[in-house]
Amino acid sequence: MPNMIEVSRYKRFLINFRKHYQIIHANPFGRIGFWVIAIFLFVGIFAPWLAPHEPWEMQYDSTGNFASLQMPSWEFPLGTTHLGYDLLSQLILATRTTLIIGTVSGFISILIGANIGLISGYYGGKLDEVLMRFTDILYGMPFLPFVIVLIALFGRKLEFVILAIVLIIWRTSARVIRAQTIAIKQRQFIVAARARGCSDLRIIYLHILPNLLPLLLLYASFNIAWSIITEASASFLGFGDGETISWGGMLYELWISGKTRIAWWWFAAPSLCIVLLVTSLVFVSRAYEEEANPRLRKR
Amino acid sequence: MSNKPILEVEKLNVGYQTKDGEIHAVQDVSFKVFSNEVFGIAGESGCGKSTLIKAIMRLLPENGKMDAHSIKYKDQKIDRMSENIFRNEVLWAQISLVPQSAMNSLNPVYKVGEQIVEAIQAHTSQGKKEARERVEELFDVVGLQSEFMDSFPHEFSGGMRQRAMIAMALALDPGLIIMDEPTTGLDVLVQEKILRRIREIRKQIRSSIILITHDIAVIAEMSDRIAVMYGGRIMEQAKSIDLFESPYHPYTLGLKNAFPSIKDLDQELISIPGSPPSLIGLQAGCPFEDRCPFSFDRCKKDVPEITVKKKFHQVSCFRHTDATELREQAKKLSTWHC
Amino acid sequence: MALLELKNVSRYFEVKSSLIDRLVYGKPIRMIKAVENVNLIVNEKEVLGIAGESGCGKSTTCMMISGLVKPSSGEILYQGKRIDQFDSDEKRFYHSQVQMIFQDPYETLNPRFRVIDTVAEGPRALKLWPEDEIVSRVDDILNAVGLPSLKYADRYPHELSGGERQRVGIASALVMEPQMLIADEPLSMLDVSIRAGILVLLKKLALERNFSCIYVSHDLSILGHIADRLMIMYLGQAVEVGLTRDVIQKPKHPYTRALISAVPAPDPRSRRSVPNIIGDISRPIDPPPGCRFTPRCPYADKTCSQTFLKLDMSQREKHLTACHRQDALDL
Repeated sequence: MPNMIEVSRYKRFLINFRKHYQIIHANPFGRIGFWVIAIFLFVGIFAPWLAPHEPWEMQYDSTGNFASLQMPSWEFPLGTTHLGYDLLSQLILATRTTLIIGTVSGFISILIGANIGLISGYYGGKLDEVLMRFTDILYGMPFLPFVIVLIALFGRKLEFVILAIVLIIWRTSARVIRAQTIAIKQRQFIVAARARGCSDLRIIYLHILPNLLPLLLLYASFNIAWSIITEASASFLGFGDGETISWGGMLYELWISGKTRIAWWWFAAPSLCIVLLVTSLVFVSRAYEEEANPRLRKR
Repeated sequence: MSNKPILEVEKLNVGYQTKDGEIHAVQDVSFKVFSNEVFGIAGESGCGKSTLIKAIMRLLPENGKMDAHSIKYKDQKIDRMSENIFRNEVLWAQISLVPQSAMNSLNPVYKVGEQIVEAIQAHTSQGKKEARERVEELFDVVGLQSEFMDSFPHEFSGGMRQRAMIAMALALDPGLIIMDEPTTGLDVLVQEKILRRIREIRKQIRSSIILITHDIAVIAEMSDRIAVMYGGRIMEQAKSIDLFESPYHPYTLGLKNAFPSIKDLDQELISIPGSPPSLIGLQAGCPFEDRCPFSFDRCKKDVPEITVKKKFHQVSCFRHTDATELREQAKKLSTWHC
Repeated sequence: MALLELKNVSRYFEVKSSLIDRLVYGKPIRMIKAVENVNLIVNEKEVLGIAGESGCGKSTTCMMISGLVKPSSGEILYQGKRIDQFDSDEKRFYHSQVQMIFQDPYETLNPRFRVIDTVAEGPRALKLWPEDEIVSRVDDILNAVGLPSLKYADRYPHELSGGERQRVGIASALVMEPQMLIADEPLSMLDVSIRAGILVLLKKLALERNFSCIYVSHDLSILGHIADRLMIMYLGQAVEVGLTRDVIQKPKHPYTRALISAVPAPDPRSRRSVPNIIGDISRPIDPPPGCRFTPRCPYADKTCSQTFLKLDMSQREKHLTACHRQDALDL
């Protein structure tokens, strides 16, 4: 018997993994989203090897001239900036930054949101009131200005960008997870678990949490999408990280160069990427939404 | 009960299309209901009794389809009728239904009396005043005080809501009333009151009643004749007394053993091993075969034809001739659990 | 000494009213007196049935005994000691000794846990035994409830039928070898042909494993079959207790008599009398003092509405009733 359990634990992990893959793929939007994200992931991971040039190196074209503001061509597939920087390389490296910020912020914010939601929902009473008032206050905060202020105060570094985003984004998931926790807490199998003698923490993390998984994954994708948009917006306004390049940052450089009206290629690439990635994340989270809320499932 | 059938169902089949395959919920069901009698249909969940009724009343969901040799109400073929005529003339006016969980069928934002008045007006040319008088009458028949006509459903208890639904079913004086699990979920004393009220209504109104329930005690107390369903088919039908005194079908024998009675505290309870069948895909043979202690090879392959043992008593079993022996054996625990 | 004893146990709930109702209109806080001064005794190796209709407080009583809900007043004694005075070790011990099975087989199992996880959860949470011993005990108990572990251990709830789920529930309660099992209507949501199987199983296990059982139900037919002693509750009060046979065949309290005569028997030939009872049941919100059955009792007199005669468990007489007119009426 013991052997069967060890083997099956490993098997179960694989089965779960496959199950999630199937959930995403069951939905046609989910499928598209999944593949687009996969491509971006690939680019992000292998960015340094994929980018043909340095992002802030002045390029010269085949004729030996300074390649400033060149339209997309074979040499520079996405064109160049007014300072002769290769946009393709910039884009590829920016992908990595954006993905890092997005995933890290998304996951940390879900961690915070989930825990607050679980604890608040399960214990109720004064603790719940205090935590929810706190969440309400954060709800009142305008998202972008807060991020900007934080960065303006503490400096344009990657860590602060992530911190600023995380501090606000957890609020939505907290509310929803709290609501679900309250609903699950009253179900008979949780009462049964208490009757068996399980401690509160055990019930929260071992009994309730697994039932919230689809919801958590939904909000994880959602949070990642929001993080990316926020980072892009903040960077676009000049409040992004100064050292590394991101899609929003690219648009910022375009803006301050004054060439927005002229260099459509400079504008197109990063904007399209933002839209594509965020939309794909939303598609994937839609696939989880159907799982999390069975009533939405088409029969 | 007189000898004229008010409802005749011949070879009714109902299936549902689902993503897991076709569910054969009702297979080859035939029965008659006579005027002024209570016909009980007993069976567990999934045996097809609710589906059967929905098919007759044309209340099947989209993925359900039925086909029958014939369904006749007062000698009229109602299965061939057009939707319109059925809806206007038969549904509720001739055959009405007190659905399962009727307690939750009332619209919470309208007063109870109003809902019935509206329903009456929709079906007849009666004016509001007439309709209200009728509802007052009905409330009296079911034992609800007329003040409650102007109350909302949430102000009614479970038993009262059930009575309101029975009132609604009686509104147009139908010849046949179908009650699907009318007392499930109600407390014993409330159930008793409702059952008693139904018996009193029978004396006043000459409608026939089809009573569907899984509660063997309720059906024994209320019905004149009973049909026992299992796995979509009727296993046995008889007058109540005959069914209990001389049952033929092994499933009936099993149910007798499995149902505790308050009158017999020393009874040895014997359960039927196994569980009810899933109805997905067409199964060959008798649906009870895998749980039946008396089955033999043929039971797996062929569906037993209907044998008439005496007037009103029919059974669908290959071993109907061994009845006396089977009844003896069924009383022993070892027969069912070896 | 009794295994479990309840002395004057009550449980009240506040009806939530709005702040305005209370401050502006001065409406007092309304109380649902779900359980009122109940005395109860359960001995070793016996099955006590608790019967009553909805709102009688039987489920709340179960919750208090299993430790999930604290009584508003009164004492619960297990093996002579008050359970509210247990330290954390004793509390853990109490949980392993007093277990519960529930009504809804479709809600009783965590959909994310396999059968083996559900059954092992109690021992794991209470750290009763090392992991491999837990596994072998789970194995044993699954076989004992009729679910061969090789076939069932790895399954998820949605792969099980109602009867199978209920058996898993029973296994997860019994794996800890409790002295007392509380069964809260475990059969009412199962098919009729399955019920007998579970009932027979419970009886057999209670005999083999020597535990007591409190079986709560509204179905007197089932209680008549499984309970050694029977207690009847009405609107939070205990009105009668005695050997099952006595309570069912010679009921003393007017409510019990009405209840018994209302139960249909699965036999068309049997006859029963009309229950002698007035009106409908109410809710135990701010009930008047005295016997709560008074408004519905055909024999009620003035004393009935003023004082309530509690069941005195210390009496030698086994068949007790809370009706002070029991001698006056022909009982």
